[in-house]
Amino acid sequence: MKHGFRQCMAWLHTWAGLIPGWILFAVFLTGTAAYYRGEISAWTRPDLRMEDNGPEAAMLGLRELQRIAPDATGWLIGLPTSSDPLLRLYWRPPGERRFRDGILDPATGRVAEAGRTMGGEFFYRFHFELHMPPIWGRWLVGLCAMSMLVAIISGIITHRRIFADFFTFRPGKAGHRSWLDAHNLLAVLALPYHLMITYTGLLTLMLMYMPWGMQLAYKGDQQAFIAEALSIAPPPRPARQAAPLTDLAPLVAEALRRWPETGVRRIGISFPGDANATIVLGRGDRHELAIRRRELVFSGTTGELRLATGNDAPAVQTVGVAYGLHFARFELPFLHVLFFLSGLAGTAMVGTGLVMWVAKRAPKATERRHFGLRLVETLNLGTIFGLPIAMLGFFWANRLLPGMLDHRPDWEIRIFFALWLGAYLHAALRPGRRGWAEQAGIAALLGLLLPAVNAATTRHHLGVALPAGDWLMAGMDLGFLGFGLAFALAARRLWQGADRPVATRQGGHLRERGI
Amino acid sequence: MVSAAFRARMRGWRWPGLLSRIVAAVLGGYAIGALVSVACAVLLPLPRSEAVVIGMMLSFLAYAGVVLWVFAARTAWRAWAGLLAPGLLLAASWAGRPV
Repeated sequence: MKHGFRQCMAWLHTWAGLIPGWILFAVFLTGTAAYYRGEISAWTRPDLRMEDNGPEAAMLGLRELQRIAPDATGWLIGLPTSSDPLLRLYWRPPGERRFRDGILDPATGRVAEAGRTMGGEFFYRFHFELHMPPIWGRWLVGLCAMSMLVAIISGIITHRRIFADFFTFRPGKAGHRSWLDAHNLLAVLALPYHLMITYTGLLTLMLMYMPWGMQLAYKGDQQAFIAEALSIAPPPRPARQAAPLTDLAPLVAEALRRWPETGVRRIGISFPGDANATIVLGRGDRHELAIRRRELVFSGTTGELRLATGNDAPAVQTVGVAYGLHFARFELPFLHVLFFLSGLAGTAMVGTGLVMWVAKRAPKATERRHFGLRLVETLNLGTIFGLPIAMLGFFWANRLLPGMLDHRPDWEIRIFFALWLGAYLHAALRPGRRGWAEQAGIAALLGLLLPAVNAATTRHHLGVALPAGDWLMAGMDLGFLGFGLAFALAARRLWQGADRPVATRQGGHLRERGI
Repeated sequence: MVSAAFRARMRGWRWPGLLSRIVAAVLGGYAIGALVSVACAVLLPLPRSEAVVIGMMLSFLAYAGVVLWVFAARTAWRAWAGLLAPGLLLAASWAGRPV
C-alpha cells in the first residue's frame, strides 16, 4: 500500500516535471538572469548610466518630460540606483491608455535615441510572459509553475532517503544513476529555494490566477481591492483648469528626510499642468527583504503633503515578503549571488531531470529509437544548450547592431529567437553526443568572445572597467567569460566521448558527462 | 523492479481513467482552489482585504494538494468522489457571502 503510494508519486513527479519541463527550464534560466536585470539593462546601454538619484536627477527628468510630453495625462520618473543605474521616463499621451517610455541620456539631458534596446527587461518579461500576448503567456507560465509545485512535492515524497542521498554521487555507476544523483543533489541542495521561488512566483500573479475571493468580497471592483490592500490613494480626476506645477525639489527633499536610507525610487505626476495635479513619491525598496509600498502624496499645485500611504496588516505584509523573496531586489550583494546560484541550480535541476528521462529510456545501441524519445532528445538539446546560445546571441546583437537601426529592440529579439530556432533544427539534424558537443562549443565561443566584442565596440571593456573598479561592467564581462569557460569544458568532455555509442543502458558512457 | 502492487494500481490507469484523472487534477484542482479563496474571503473574521489575500495564498496549496490526491487515489472514481465532498462543503460558504 505504502509502496504503491510512493510509486504513484514517482509517476506523477516524472510527468508533472517532463511535460512543462522545457518551458520551466526557460522560465528558470531567464528568471535567474533577471536577478541582474538592472545590471543587464545598464550593460546593454553602457553610455546612459547615471549614479545620482537626488533632487537634481529628478529635475533633469522632469525638464525632459515637460519638453517631450507637455500635454501628457501622466508622467513617471524612475530614479537610478546602484544596481539599476538608469533614469527612466514614462509618459501617457492624452487619449492613450498605455505609457510610453524612454531612458534619459545624462550627457544631453534628453531621451536617448541611439542604441535602443529592451535590455534586462526582455529576460524579465520573457520569464513570465514567454514573449506571447501577456494573458496567454502568464496563464501558460502559471500552469507550468503549478505543475512544478506538484513535481517538487511529489519528488520529495518519492525521495525517501532525502538526507542520505544528499551525500550520494555515483559518477561511475551505469546508466542513468549518475544523472539521478546529480538531479537529487541539485534538488535537495536548494530545496527551500525551489519551493519558495515556485510558490512565490504563483503569488506574484495571484490576483490574475485566483481573483474569485476578491470578486466576491469587492463585488468585482479590483481597483477598490488594490487601493485597500496596498492603501493607495484613489487616482485624482482632472479639473480641466490650468495651473502651474509646484517645484519638485522641496518635495523630494521632504521624502529624503523621511526615508534617509531607502531614498526615493519613483516620482509619479498625474495630470501635470491641471489644477488637480498630484505628485506621488514612492519609496525605494532595496534595503529590506519585504517589498512594502510606501508613498507620499502631494498636491501638484501647492506642494502640500496630503497623505502618507502604506499598509502593515499581517497578510499583506506576508505577501510583501513573498514578493521580496521572489524579486530579490534587496541590495545585499552576497545574498544576491546566492539567489543567482540557487536559480542556476534550479535550472540545472530541471535540465538534469529532462536528460534523465531520456537516459532512463535509452535503448541499446542496436535498437531503434522511437519518435517520442527522439522528440524529447531534440527538445532537450535545443532548450538546454539552445537557450543559452540565444541569450548570449542577444548580447552580441546588442553590441553589433547599428545604433540608429529602426526597431532596434525588435531586431535583438528576432536574433534571439532565430538562434534558438536554429538550435532546435540543429538538434533535430544532429542527434546524440556530437550535437551536444557542437552546441556547447558554440555557446562557449559566444561567451568567451563577448568581452572582446564589448572591447571592440564600447569604451567600457574589462581593460577600463577593472582598473576603475567598475564592478557592474566588469562583473557582466567576467560572467560571460565564466559561462563561456563552463561551456568550453562541457564541449571538451562531450567531444571526447562523441565517437562512442550514444547512451547505452548498461554501458558506463553516461558517467557524469554523458548524454 | 516494478512491484505487483504498483502494477495492480496501474491497471486502473488506462486512457479513460487517466484522462479523467487529468481533468480532475487540472480543472478540479483549480475549482477547489477557487472555492478556498472564496470561502476564506467570506468566512474569515478579518478585514476583507486580509481575508481575500489569505484566501489567494492558500488556494495554490489547495490546488497542489488536490493534484496529489487525484493521482494517489486508488481509482478515478474515488479521486472524483474525494473532490466532491470538500467542494460541496466549501461551496456552502457561499451562503455567507455579502449581499
